[in-house]
Amino acid sequence: MNELSRLRARKVGKPSATEQQPRRTEMHVRPTAPILPASNIQGNALMVVIAIMAFLACLTLGAVSMVRATAASWQSQISREITIQIKPEEGLDMDATLQKARELALTFVGTRSGTIMDDDATARLLEPWLGTGLDLSELPVPRLVIITIDEQNPPDFAAMRDLLASEVPQAFLDDHRTWVDRLVSMAHTTVLIGIGVLVLVFTAMILTVIFATRGALSGNRHIVEVLHFVGAERSFVATEFQKHFLKISLKGSAAGSALAALLFATANLWQSRSLATPESDQATALFGTFTIGFGGYLGIFATMIVIALLTTLTARFTVMRTIDEIDFIRSDPARSEGAPPS
Amino acid sequence: MIHFENVGLRYGMGPEILRDMTFDIPKRSFQFLTGPSGAGKTTLLRLMLMSLHPTRGLIHMFGRDLSQIPRTELPMLRRRVGIVFQDFRLLDHLTTYENVALPLRVRGKDEGAYRNDVIELLKWVGLGERINVLPPVLSGGEKQRAAIARALIDRPEILLADEPTGNVDPPMARRLLNLFLELNRLGTAVVIATHDLGLMDQVNARRMILTEGRLDIYE
Ligand SMILES: Nc1ncnc2c1ncn2[C@@H]1O[C@H](COP(=O)(O)OP(=O)(O)OP(=O)(O)O)[C@@H](O)[C@H]1O
Ligand SMILES: [Mg+2]
Repeated sequence: MNELSRLRARKVGKPSATEQQPRRTEMHVRPTAPILPASNIQGNALMVVIAIMAFLACLTLGAVSMVRATAASWQSQISREITIQIKPEEGLDMDATLQKARELALTFVGTRSGTIMDDDATARLLEPWLGTGLDLSELPVPRLVIITIDEQNPPDFAAMRDLLASEVPQAFLDDHRTWVDRLVSMAHTTVLIGIGVLVLVFTAMILTVIFATRGALSGNRHIVEVLHFVGAERSFVATEFQKHFLKISLKGSAAGSALAALLFATANLWQSRSLATPESDQATALFGTFTIGFGGYLGIFATMIVIALLTTLTARFTVMRTIDEIDFIRSDPARSEGAPPS
Repeated sequence: MIHFENVGLRYGMGPEILRDMTFDIPKRSFQFLTGPSGAGKTTLLRLMLMSLHPTRGLIHMFGRDLSQIPRTELPMLRRRVGIVFQDFRLLDHLTTYENVALPLRVRGKDEGAYRNDVIELLKWVGLGERINVLPPVLSGGEKQRAAIARALIDRPEILLADEPTGNVDPPMARRLLNLFLELNRLGTAVVIATHDLGLMDQVNARRMILTEGRLDIYE
């Protein structure tokens, strides 16, 4: 009955050192394994999916921020010059009107100087279309006043336009904004589309994780059952699954975002290496520079973290709900017909 | 400690497997639950584990009416019950040691605090050499003892054992029975579901006999 007395000693919590001494050899146990088996094919597939999603999310994010930066730089660029165009009209004293428009424009703060394009200059401008040796006074050609402006402190274009309209009805003020505005609004649309893509990517990811979690739950149903029988609370089971998915999603999203970061870095490198070659200039004109900068890499890192968190939270939430369902079905004899008798 | 009153249970639309169960499992009591295969022994144990709701009737566990207890509180009550399954239900990817330690892990205990207890208990059930082995390589009897150790590790107030001697030879069966008796002497109520008459004859204990959905109790 030696064993039983030892058990009794254990039961009452008395240190059983005297009986134990000869047996005190330390047993080696491996570091405690996670309750959910670490890897299986399903987990690997999920990891790849998360990596792809993270990659796409980072690419979209990078593209969006590049377009935004380009648009912002366009938007802030004020042309250094504006032009006032005077349309010829019957009985109009062109030279006087040009002079007047110039003076009116120069009354505004922020304008620097005004040049009236003289006949020669205008003729040169028109040469490609009309040929040489033409007499401008015979043609109804509009004339231009070029106003240089202070970029740091631009004049109020709207007020200038209003004043010109009332004083010199033949004048037309062109601040070259129209095409820039159009480009900028196009860029904004692109940004919106990018955000839409981002939302889609995230939604798809959440759905994938929900399916994966449910799959993992039914694949590990026997574990859930045993945990239930030994008195595990719902939150304990959820935490176990959450750990499992945190590992998978951290690995996946780290791989995906690292790939994206690498891509941006390579593009950047290529661009700076081939600076001033026609290909690179074209690319720059199209996409802006590929630099996403420190902030961009920080954004990629943030995306990775967000994805990992999102995955983990989704897993937890799904497990909580599914465990409730399982619990409910298990405890209800009317619904447990299909379940294995236990 | 456990009180059943007019409890009935049917699976799905099937016949009533348990009918009008009215009985008590007193504190520190020792009883066998027996009956032919398919009589509903396992089902009755699951009712006592609070993992199955009765179709009708009242169950009191530890003095509380189960129908009044929110589901989130059941795990706490379940922790006071130890169960050994007919099919062991060991997790194949965990070692014997980790399987036995599982209930403590679930309770949020620290590994350092229980390691020696677990190893000691494993030695005691004769698995001292099998601590780091995965269940698939254990023999039936070894699995059985691992399952028993898992049920005992947190010193439950009541032990429910479903065919705990089904896979061991008579000497080992007697040894396990002695273990259960000793546990009982230390204050744990024990319910052993079995159809091993030889085992029951070794002890003069209360017998609960299930036949055709009814329960007869022989003190
Ligand atoms: N989940 C379930 N769904 C439907 N029927 C079930 C379920 N579990 C058990 N049964 C049925 O209930 C009856 C009693 O089963 P139970 O497992 O409780 O018997 P038992 O007395 O433990 O038998 P054994 O001695 O063979 O282990 C059987 O007819 C079985 O088919
Ligand atoms: Mg059974």
